[in-house]
Amino acid sequence: MEPLNNKQLTTSKLFLVAGLLLLAVGILFGLIGALQYIMPGLFKKYLSFERIRPLHVSSVVFWIIFGAMGGVLTYLQEHTGKKIYSAVLLKIQFIIFCLSILAILVSYSIGIFGGREYWEFHPLLALPIAIGWVLFLVNFIKSMGSFRKQPVYVWMWLTGVIFFLFTFAESYLWVFPYFRNNVVNDMTIQWKSYGSMVGSWNMLIYGCSIFLMDKISKTKTYGHSTIAFVLYFTGLFNLMFNWGHHIYTLPTHAYVKHISYAVSMTELFILGRIIYLWRASLSTAKKHFYSFSYRFLAAADVWIFLTLLLAICMSIPAINVYTHGTHITVAHTMGATIGINSFLLLAFGFDILHDTCRTFEPYKKMFTTGYWLTNISLFTFWISLIGAGVMKAHWQMSISQVPFSSMMEQLKPFFIGFFISGCFLVTGFLMIIYPLLKNQLACYFNPKPGQIYPAYHSSNRLSVK
Amino acid sequence: MPSDKQKITVAVLLLVSFLSYSFYIYTSLPVKESPVSNKASEGKQLWQQYNCNACHQVYGLGGYLGPDLTNVYSKRGANYISSFLKSGTAIMPNFHLSDSEIESLTAYLQNIDSSGKADPRTFKIHFDGTIEQ
Repeated sequence: MEPLNNKQLTTSKLFLVAGLLLLAVGILFGLIGALQYIMPGLFKKYLSFERIRPLHVSSVVFWIIFGAMGGVLTYLQEHTGKKIYSAVLLKIQFIIFCLSILAILVSYSIGIFGGREYWEFHPLLALPIAIGWVLFLVNFIKSMGSFRKQPVYVWMWLTGVIFFLFTFAESYLWVFPYFRNNVVNDMTIQWKSYGSMVGSWNMLIYGCSIFLMDKISKTKTYGHSTIAFVLYFTGLFNLMFNWGHHIYTLPTHAYVKHISYAVSMTELFILGRIIYLWRASLSTAKKHFYSFSYRFLAAADVWIFLTLLLAICMSIPAINVYTHGTHITVAHTMGATIGINSFLLLAFGFDILHDTCRTFEPYKKMFTTGYWLTNISLFTFWISLIGAGVMKAHWQMSISQVPFSSMMEQLKPFFIGFFISGCFLVTGFLMIIYPLLKNQLACYFNPKPGQIYPAYHSSNRLSVK
Repeated sequence: MPSDKQKITVAVLLLVSFLSYSFYIYTSLPVKESPVSNKASEGKQLWQQYNCNACHQVYGLGGYLGPDLTNVYSKRGANYISSFLKSGTAIMPNFHLSDSEIESLTAYLQNIDSSGKADPRTFKIHFDGTIEQ
C-alpha cells in the first residue's frame, strides 16, 4: 500500500523527484538553445536546434506533468485521509512514464521526431503515455470514492485528468489523412487540442495550489466558497473555448476566432479580482513569507498577474496581429511555464519533499538566494524576450523589410540579454533543486534512523523563521 | 456555497457545449475541398520527419530561428527553396536530402502557400478589435 505523506520516498514523491531531475536537464537544454541564437550554427552537426528544442520542451513539459501528478497524488491522500487505491498501479504508471520519457529524449537525440509544433514526439511513443494516464485516472477516481460535496480542488483535479486525456488523444488526430491533408484544417485541430491541453494541466496545478493555501492557512473555507467555483467555471469555460487565440492569423472559420476573442475577455474578471485583492494578498504574504512553499505561491501570484495581463492583450486580435510569431509569445509561454507552473510546483515540492531523514538547515541561505535569483533573472529574461518581440513586430509590419537574417542580427542584444539572464535563472533553479534532490536521494540510499526530524511545523520545516 | 446539483448542472452544460463544438468542428473543417498531390503529402511527412517546425513558422506558428515559410513559394520560387534544401546554410544543417525529397518538400511549401496569406501587413484591423484577412 502507498503510505501517506511521510519520510519515505513514496511513489507519489518519486513523481516530484523525477520531475525535478527533468527540470534540471530541461533548463540546461534550454540554455544551449539560447546560446544557438547568439552563435548560430553552434553544435550544428550533432545537436542542432531542431534536436535541442524538443529536448528542452519535452523535458520541461514532463517536469510540469510529473510535478502536477506528484502534487495531485500526494494531496489526494492528504485530502481523503486514506492511502492511494492501488500502489501497484501507481508504480506501473511511474515506470511507464519514465521509460517513455527516456525513449522520447533518446529518439530526439537520434533524429526521430513527431514534427509537430510545439510539444511533439513519435505517435508510437504517445501510446504508453496515454496508457499511463489512464492508470492515473483509474487510481484517482477509485481513491476518491465519492465525489459528493467536494471542494473546488477535487473538481479541478478531475477536470484536469479527464481533459488531458481527451486533448492528448485529439492532438494525434493528424495521423488520419482526413485531418492532416489540408494545412489549415490540420493547424486548426492541432491548436484546438494544444490550447486546451495547457488548460488541463493548469487545472491540476491550480487545484493543488488551492489545497496548499488552505493547508498553510489552516482553513478549509476557500475550497468550498462560491467565488472559488465561479473562478473554476470561468477557467473551464476558457479551457474549452478560448484556444482560437492561437490561430487568429490562420484562414480558418471566423466563428472560431470570434468565440475565442469573446471568451478570452472573461479572463478580465480574474484579472480584476487579482487587482481587487492585491492589498489583502500582500498582508497574507507578509504573514506567511517565512515558509518557502508560501514564497513560491506568492511569486506565482505576481507572475499570474503579469502573464494574464499579457495573455488578455494578446487575445485581442488587433493586438495579436502584431505580437503573433514574435518573441512576445515566447515571453508569455515562459511567464506561464516558469513563473506560474514551475513556481507553484516548487511550492508543492517544498511542502511535500521537506519531510526527510536529513535536515535542510544548512541550505536555507542557498534556498533564499536561489529564490531571489530565479525571480529577478526570470523578470529580466521576460523583458529581453518582450524587447526582442517588439523589435520583430516592428520588422513584420515595416513596409520596407530588411532581410530576415539582418533583422535577427539587430535582435542580438536582446538574445544576449535572455542568454545571460537564462544563465542566472538556471543557477537559481539548481540552487533550489540540488538540496531538495540531495536530501531525498541520500535518505533513500543511506537512511539515518537516529536522525529523525518531525514533520510539518517542526524544526525541519522549510522556513527562514 | 453552491449545491452539488447546481455545480453539476453548470459542468454538464459546459461539457455538452464543448463536445458539440468539437464534433461540429471535426465534421465541418474549414477547408472542404483539399486536393493534395502525392508529392505534397510526402512533403508534409518529410516536414515532420525533419522537424522543420522547430526553426520555421507557418502562419506565425513554429520556431523563431528561421523565417516564416508560409508564402516563401510565391515570394522566392521553387529554385530558391531547392538551393537551400540542397546544401543547408550557415545555421541550417545539410540534411542530405535526395532530389525526390527536395521536390516533395517544395510541393508541400507550394501547397501551404496556396492556402492563404500570412503577412500581417495584409490584415485589415477593425475598431472592435477583430481582424480580417
